[in-house]
Amino acid sequence: MTVDHAAAAERGFLAEARRPGPFGWIFSTDHKRIGLLYLWSIVTFFCVGALLGLLIRLELWAPGRTIMDAQTYNAVFTLHGVIMIFLFIIPGIPAAFGNLVMPIQIGARDVAFPRLNLLSWWLYIGGAALAVTSLFTGGGPPDTGWTFYVPFSARTTTNVSLATVAVFILGFSSILTGLNFVTTIHRLRAEGMTWTRLPLFTWSLYATAWIQILATPVLGITVALLFAERVIGTGLFDPAQGGDPIMFQHLFWIYSHPAVYIMVLPGMGVVSDIIPVFARKPAFGYKAIVVSSLAIAFAGSLVWAHHMYTSGMSDLAVMVFSLLTFIVAIPSAVKVFNWLATLYQGSILLDPPLLFALSFILLFTIGGLTGLVLGAAATDVHVHDTYFVVGHFHFTMFGGTGMAFFAAMHYWLPKFYGRMYDKTVATVAWGVIFTGFCILYLSMKIVGMMGMPRRYWDYVPEFTGLNQLATAGSWILGIGLVLMFVNLVRGVLYGKPAPANPWGGATLEWQLPSPPPTENFAHDPVVTHGPYDFRKAGIL
Amino acid sequence: MHPQTTTQAVDTAFYVIFAICGIMLAGIAVAMIWFVWRYNRKRQPVPLSQKDHNLWLEVTWTAIPTVLVMLMFWYGWEGYLSLRRIPDDAMHIKATGRMWSWLFTYDNGRSADKLFVPVGQPVKIELLAEDVLHSFYVPAFRVKRDMVPGMVNWVWFTADKPGSFDLFCAEYCGVGHSAMVTTVEALPAAEFQAWLNAAGSTGGDPAARGLELAGQLGCLGCHSVDGSRRVGPSLKGVFGAPRAVLRSGARATVTADAAYLKRALMEPAAEIVEGYPPAMPPYTQLSEADLAALLAWLESLK
Repeated sequence: MTVDHAAAAERGFLAEARRPGPFGWIFSTDHKRIGLLYLWSIVTFFCVGALLGLLIRLELWAPGRTIMDAQTYNAVFTLHGVIMIFLFIIPGIPAAFGNLVMPIQIGARDVAFPRLNLLSWWLYIGGAALAVTSLFTGGGPPDTGWTFYVPFSARTTTNVSLATVAVFILGFSSILTGLNFVTTIHRLRAEGMTWTRLPLFTWSLYATAWIQILATPVLGITVALLFAERVIGTGLFDPAQGGDPIMFQHLFWIYSHPAVYIMVLPGMGVVSDIIPVFARKPAFGYKAIVVSSLAIAFAGSLVWAHHMYTSGMSDLAVMVFSLLTFIVAIPSAVKVFNWLATLYQGSILLDPPLLFALSFILLFTIGGLTGLVLGAAATDVHVHDTYFVVGHFHFTMFGGTGMAFFAAMHYWLPKFYGRMYDKTVATVAWGVIFTGFCILYLSMKIVGMMGMPRRYWDYVPEFTGLNQLATAGSWILGIGLVLMFVNLVRGVLYGKPAPANPWGGATLEWQLPSPPPTENFAHDPVVTHGPYDFRKAGIL
Repeated sequence: MHPQTTTQAVDTAFYVIFAICGIMLAGIAVAMIWFVWRYNRKRQPVPLSQKDHNLWLEVTWTAIPTVLVMLMFWYGWEGYLSLRRIPDDAMHIKATGRMWSWLFTYDNGRSADKLFVPVGQPVKIELLAEDVLHSFYVPAFRVKRDMVPGMVNWVWFTADKPGSFDLFCAEYCGVGHSAMVTTVEALPAAEFQAWLNAAGSTGGDPAARGLELAGQLGCLGCHSVDGSRRVGPSLKGVFGAPRAVLRSGARATVTADAAYLKRALMEPAAEIVEGYPPAMPPYTQLSEADLAALLAWLESLK
């Protein structure tokens, strides 16, 4: 009996359920259990989205029909986009790792509103269920692309109406998580956890949460207006009734551009937390990194119309939005230089979390620099709505946020499961993923420079070679992803026991046992040093 | 300093931006790989410093990117202005985008589904959309502009050599989006004039008139005449052949006679050919003479 008790205590919150079986998870208000619920739901949707991506690449192996007809293809790329954006990358790091880690990093027992937190997950699952339902009901799977541009989205007979309801609900899930995090970070910091001792990951969540609260309602309004356009024919976007299709694009991007910073800021936070630990050096320019996060969150809200240079809006608007877009590039560059300076004169251990974090820097830099090609007015005209854009946003979103998500899994999962994955397999998986990634998305950029438009089911023969190279890259990437996930799941289930602080981190989560107990801290901690002070933390 | 063509104007911006980005990327990648190698824990068991800020360094690496991005912005904007300054002697052509074909109309009334332009002469293309958003994109001339219902946009360019250049729809417009592809045919000036003035060449032949109509109405955007599968079924040998159709969801077989083909043009949603999407718009504006010409043309497609 005592032995069982000790074993249970070693398994921390994983063994301490208030309800039996699955109910102990789906009705739990513990931030760590909700974090894991989110994590595995998000990973599941990522795998579905990735599978759809592989199907898209297979169809594009050759011009004409390869494995599916044009209508199916349009539904598949719409679904790929909707799943990856609304079900993987927007909730991704904040909902999974923000929930798991942030309350512990600030020395709290839970988030400020634990039941609201559980509601967020339920709204996420409800929205996802509606999105899946929209595929099999009404006029069939939506075929508008994730951007839902009118007038097409108002005319198509496919089930766009239900999909907009799903997006509306998912938006609420995101807003509530944002509210919860802002309140938690303001109100529940432990004694001594001043704003300048806040780990950079938590800082990035704080900046993100504000965008979630302020920008997401616009998405809700936009999809509600589209719903009204379809169901009661309001005509707001219909030129025949005096409406304006370009207004829809403005409304859509007023949310959806800040949303790319909702997607990438937490990834930057993960990288900012990982690099100091594996270089055994404090984050260089802590304050500059914080200010740049806030600057990106603010200025990133003012650049939405750079998606619309060719839409027919005025040339003056093109100039203003182009200028603002280049200004957002500055804080992003500052972050990259700070990360490099953190590595300088450190003592660097190339473990899997750092490998993924460094790939973030490299791939995000390539994505960001190609973003400048899109931000400049003249060059954007040529590459807008081509595969260059597809390559660009996969570099920033997948190469950036996706790699940061994988870095976070390799960094924090041993903490929450108390077990370590096989590091050699993880390193090999990283190499395969990185290789496949570069082949796939660099080919896309080149074929985009040559002029291949995006969302094309069929293409002219001169684009065949690069499309086949991209498809081959997608297979390598797919193999790497399978290897990585299998290794992580095996590690979580059967891995060797992980110590409390396997990497030598100085933030609060590494002072708790792995896995941490429910309510985290037996006694409220008192914080006496900064998040990357390895000397005072006794690491050096 | 004044570029002669839109291609030159845009490419200048490309060169400047790619050069700056290439140097930045190389610098970042080399520094990262060098640090990871030099300060690897095997070579460097303890960190050499715990330094966590340096004001001048941080000011420098904020100031330099600021200058660089402003430079890139400027080249981008200059190039864009060239795309928006139409030469005075530009010739006007009207382009209409519709699901899923192109129609180009010239001032003298001549129209075609390919964009014929004279070499060396600037052309201003007025862009209109009949149904949903489309986008006029010619990669060779670096021009793209959306076609928005209820709005008239425009682009201009000069073809500086004869040839055939891809023209794509770049704004997603539904099931036939990737079939909405045609070409710019740049002809030497004299040849172009001859083409432009050769209107009404079909004479009295109804099948030839039908082919001309099929091009103008956009039929050939979705239907092939060689038996290959596109968005819609091929028209080869369709006249008089049996068709498996769905009538309100129920399967039926009909003979594609004149009455059926007329129905298929006027109310395409009533009978959907099995295996194809219900994507065809109705063509209720057709006159009896045009219908007869189209039917004659269809009959000729053996």
